[in-house]
Amino acid sequence: MAPDATLICSAPETGPASAPILELRHITKRFPGVLANDDVSVAVAPGEVLALLGENGAGKSTLMNVAYGLLVADSGEILVNGEVVVIKAARDAIKLRLGMVHQHFMLVEPLTVTENIVLGLEPTSRFGGVIDRATARARVIELSHRYGLKVDPDARVRDLSVGNQQRVEILKALYRDARVLILDEPTAVLTPQEVKELFQIVRELVSEGLAVVIITHKLDEVMSFADRIVVMRSGRIAGETTPGACDQASLARMMVGREVVLRVEKSPSVPGDPLLEVRDLQVSDDRKLPAVKGVTLTVRAGEVVGIAGVDGNGQRELVETIMGLRRASKGSILLRGKDITRDDTRRTIASGVSHVPEDRHRRGLVLQFDLVENIALGDQRKRPFSRYGVLDRVAINAEARRRIADYDVRTPSSHVAAANLSGGNQQKLVLAREIGRDPDVLIAAQPTRGLDVGAIEFVHRRILAERDRGKGVLLVSMELEEVMSLSDRILVMYGGLIVAEFEGGTVTDEEIGFFMMGGLGEHDPKSPDVSGGEDA
Amino acid sequence: MPEQVIDDSPEHRAQEAERRFALEQERIRRLIRVATPFISVAIAILLGSVVIALSGKDPLLAFGAMFSGAFGGTRQIGETLLRATPLIFTGLAVAYGFRSGLFNIGAEGQLFLGGIAAAFVGVMLAGYPWMISVPLVLLAAALAGAAWAFIPALMKARIGAHEVITTMMFSYIGRYVVSWIIAGPFKDKGQIPQTPELPETSQLPRLSDVFTFIEPNRAHLGIVLGIVLAVVVWWVLKYTVLGYEARAVGFNPTAAQTGGISVSMTTVKSLCISGALAGLAGAVEVMGVHHRMFDQFSSGFGFTGIAVALLAKNNPIGVIAAAILFGSLSAGAGTMQLEAGVSQKVISVIQGTIIFLVGAEAIVSWAVKRIRSMKEATDVR
Repeated sequence: MAPDATLICSAPETGPASAPILELRHITKRFPGVLANDDVSVAVAPGEVLALLGENGAGKSTLMNVAYGLLVADSGEILVNGEVVVIKAARDAIKLRLGMVHQHFMLVEPLTVTENIVLGLEPTSRFGGVIDRATARARVIELSHRYGLKVDPDARVRDLSVGNQQRVEILKALYRDARVLILDEPTAVLTPQEVKELFQIVRELVSEGLAVVIITHKLDEVMSFADRIVVMRSGRIAGETTPGACDQASLARMMVGREVVLRVEKSPSVPGDPLLEVRDLQVSDDRKLPAVKGVTLTVRAGEVVGIAGVDGNGQRELVETIMGLRRASKGSILLRGKDITRDDTRRTIASGVSHVPEDRHRRGLVLQFDLVENIALGDQRKRPFSRYGVLDRVAINAEARRRIADYDVRTPSSHVAAANLSGGNQQKLVLAREIGRDPDVLIAAQPTRGLDVGAIEFVHRRILAERDRGKGVLLVSMELEEVMSLSDRILVMYGGLIVAEFEGGTVTDEEIGFFMMGGLGEHDPKSPDVSGGEDA
Repeated sequence: MPEQVIDDSPEHRAQEAERRFALEQERIRRLIRVATPFISVAIAILLGSVVIALSGKDPLLAFGAMFSGAFGGTRQIGETLLRATPLIFTGLAVAYGFRSGLFNIGAEGQLFLGGIAAAFVGVMLAGYPWMISVPLVLLAAALAGAAWAFIPALMKARIGAHEVITTMMFSYIGRYVVSWIIAGPFKDKGQIPQTPELPETSQLPRLSDVFTFIEPNRAHLGIVLGIVLAVVVWWVLKYTVLGYEARAVGFNPTAAQTGGISVSMTTVKSLCISGALAGLAGAVEVMGVHHRMFDQFSSGFGFTGIAVALLAKNNPIGVIAAAILFGSLSAGAGTMQLEAGVSQKVISVIQGTIIFLVGAEAIVSWAVKRIRSMKEATDVR
């Protein structure tokens, strides 16, 4: 079908413009049964931003973990400044002036920014033993000015936003004199504004002569910030190009190995009667602090209502309360006009609300259960899955097989533990259970988190298919792109409130981003439809 | 799907690799699960041999004597089964708890409650035919055990009090309350603190009395009951909603809750079932062996049940085998001391080692994986 993807982009320039500072040659790394890196060679030069693009499991993180000493390659060599080096642990890499910011930050939350940055390399007073805080602080301030990394050196890390925590991680690497900075999926947790600021910082860094490697699977970002793009697929280099010589569609093809639909194609919605109504809902979080402070929203039949917002603004508590996993302190939840505020989770599921939880490992699946038993979860008390308390294993097996095929869950057998599936297939399994139950309302929280392009496409199509069948969908996502492309109506949640509501397709991501930050950003929006909840 | 995946594409190969990897993982896991108990027992016997050799005795002679003491004849086998019987029940009790994510460390106390309930109801039902009294006595013991587990279960479900602490504490309370009942309100005539003897209609007969072709030995019907119960527990775990929900909560309470299972209700049910099984252990000891209740009627069956469950990897059918192993160790110990001059305490060394090694499954699984990856590495080259 698709010709060799590498031919689609115009002839790539081979290798970096100047002498590379970090070079990986013929790296091969094998995990039991999987070839994570198969003879991969990559180089990066000072003053350039290299994007390492690929789906999950393509081997990009493995490759960079090899460079940073977190993994040791089975074969191949690493060169720094043209010399072959041995990197067996992160401390070797730090000595060679490599720095890495992981997807999950490695910060000590109760300590201050300065303390985190100098941790392990504290400047001590002349007589030793005592940390010279003044020097440390001054050095941190100097670094943060030089690279435009604005962050309060005395703030405690736990009080910082995710974006600022990331800055602390970058400062940590700079404090250790890194000349090569590796960023693993740096934008996954950021708002659009924060992403922009990050790229400004990256620009600042390369202009100072650093080399930056960014691991990502987001095509639009690659196009806007990279100097050079190396695409990986199934443990190999699938191609190399520059943003100028390529477009998103051909990059996607190179990354996935086949044609992909980038824009979600969807027909206009035909909303029907209200299915799910939330009225003035107030909920406390685990620390008994108010998390949802009076949310009103309606999901009608045949529409996708998307909730955009930065993580931790009450979305989780809202969803959990609708599902009966958490108690509302005030307000009500109606399903088809019937009050379900006090219903427990079992009853809520039984009345036709399905839930794709944001954390499929913790909430979505019992990883030790096999696929069949996971499919039964939530319906185990209903016919035909059980009668009089006895499971009908034959019926469950048959239904599970049907849904596994229907939802294209790739598995060696329906009787392996769910833990053995890849992330994308685990999510398909959750969908097979939750959508396969044929609910009236589907609540999907972060349904594509951590999935690759192919799986995202699948999940999006299934969600829209539910909408087109006249179901109501409430979508909660930190991925603004996702909310914007799927939703017929977009609500922005901030500080436990719905702070804005838009019709789908009528706003830009900047406008939504402005409200995701609580309307406090620098950007001035074009008179949006602001309301405390919904205009009835 | 608008597009079909091309089959010779690299990602198809990657998927194939992933598929093989998953199957391989599953196979390794199963292998480890099955192999660990056997390896543990083997290592434990080896270590026991070293201890015996260090004390200047002949390990071969010692284990030979022990084996003949446990399996050397009908009488010996009977003795082994006799000692295995309560361990099947307590092993099942602890295993059921574990499968539901609960560590019922207080089976000993529930066993005492079951024992006294059996002794009391058995005596009360004197004059009724055994077809009525035996089931009722067993039922009373199960209820007593369940009741003794119910309070810790409620405390766990309501306020999150950890069952390891509460069942343990309740175990002490139970033991001493029963002790008082034996010495006080329900004391038999005479000086010895013990309850009156059960009428024959409330006793579990010896196997050799029921099946007269078997040579006389002390094993009683309780072993049959235990084996049947193990199969029932296995069936409950695998084929009922009750067992399904218990396992879901045991593996991942958060996911179970998200799926609409009430974690607190399941906790209460599971711990009560565990307590009921432990209560039955007390009943079979009273009904089959002593025919009355006294302070020393249990040699820590509730605690050995933990070891049995661990060795069986919480598999109800495995519990039968593990209980018989522990029963044979205990039955053969006397012969070993008599014939080889090796202290019975060596048995404790072996038991301890087994528990330690089964507990240290991580070490074994690490070793297995290590060997496999080394093999794989050499295959590649």
